[in-house]
Amino acid sequence: MKTLLYSVPFLLIASSAIAGSCPQWTVGDLVIDAAWSKATIGDARPGIIYFTVTNTGAEADNLTGIATPAAEMPMLHETVVTDGIASMPHAPAIPVPANGSVSLAPGGYHGMLMGLTAALAKGDTFPATLTFERAGTVEIEVAVEALTAREPTCRQDAS
Amino acid sequence: MPTRRQLILGTGGILALAAGTLALGAWRSRSGVAPAPPSADLPLPLTAMSWQLTSHLSARVGPGDWVGRPALVFFGFTWCPDVCPTTLMNIAGWLEELGSEADKLTIALISVDSERDTPEVMSEYVAMFDPRILGLTGSPEEIALTAAEFRIRYEKVPRDDGDYTMNHTAGVFLFYPDGRFASIIDFHEDPQFAVPKIKRILA
Repeated sequence: MKTLLYSVPFLLIASSAIAGSCPQWTVGDLVIDAAWSKATIGDARPGIIYFTVTNTGAEADNLTGIATPAAEMPMLHETVVTDGIASMPHAPAIPVPANGSVSLAPGGYHGMLMGLTAALAKGDTFPATLTFERAGTVEIEVAVEALTAREPTCRQDAS
Repeated sequence: MPTRRQLILGTGGILALAAGTLALGAWRSRSGVAPAPPSADLPLPLTAMSWQLTSHLSARVGPGDWVGRPALVFFGFTWCPDVCPTTLMNIAGWLEELGSEADKLTIALISVDSERDTPEVMSEYVAMFDPRILGLTGSPEEIALTAAEFRIRYEKVPRDDGDYTMNHTAGVFLFYPDGRFASIIDFHEDPQFAVPKIKRILA
């Protein structure tokens, strides 16, 4: 079941990654792009999800939830550094500005995957469902990069 | 939410206070007559530190082992999903920019998670990054003393699912070859300022 879940989307994504551009998903006025994760050492450590949301509309939205079969407890977090100390509070609503974009990226907003159902390996993909306050829900495919990756290997379209 | 954050900051403050007191005590006990007291929030010189930790190669390491070479030291834990891998990748970028000069540096990741980060776990983790990075860990007491001498703060934060994460000082500390503290590269510091700071300890 798990193999099927991971391998089928992988083939689809792999072809588009080789082609260059990152796959995109659209819901309402929002475009989700550059969805990636990092390989984990085993399944005990939390995994991570990063992506970019671009809002082509004139009304702001909020990203309020994330779900995925890859983890028992996925949650939106933000890395915050206060007085030099890093913490990762829950981010109940990540603002997506009108005619603008927000990036979930290393050192800032991210989806944290607690209770991974399996270790994530480079080259895997897994589905994730994002919930926006206005635009609703959209399912995306997240590509797993190396643990040492700084960005997705696909080319992110200018947004 | 604000309550939780206040709680975190409050506890951090107490930890810092405890850390400062501990460090000051350790420092005073070694040097008979104390000159000017060290600043409350900057790391001691390596020559005034007394911590002992275990490396990812299971060797005992102390601050004296680092005197003679410029050092780059940061704190983290291997269960850390965002901050620590990001810091490690920033460091990788700086090392790349410094080229062979970077080989002169002692580079160390000190764990604040004694419970999970055994030397074996540290070994597995640092192997994923750069072979020049030394992973250090120790008992809760050893880590507490190290934190006190570096003036860093850390705190275990329980999560809803029974697991826990760690809040910790995220900056990278730089020391001159003679052990004097040089500067801190902040977590969100513009990369263009990071490499010149490292060049100053290499000069």
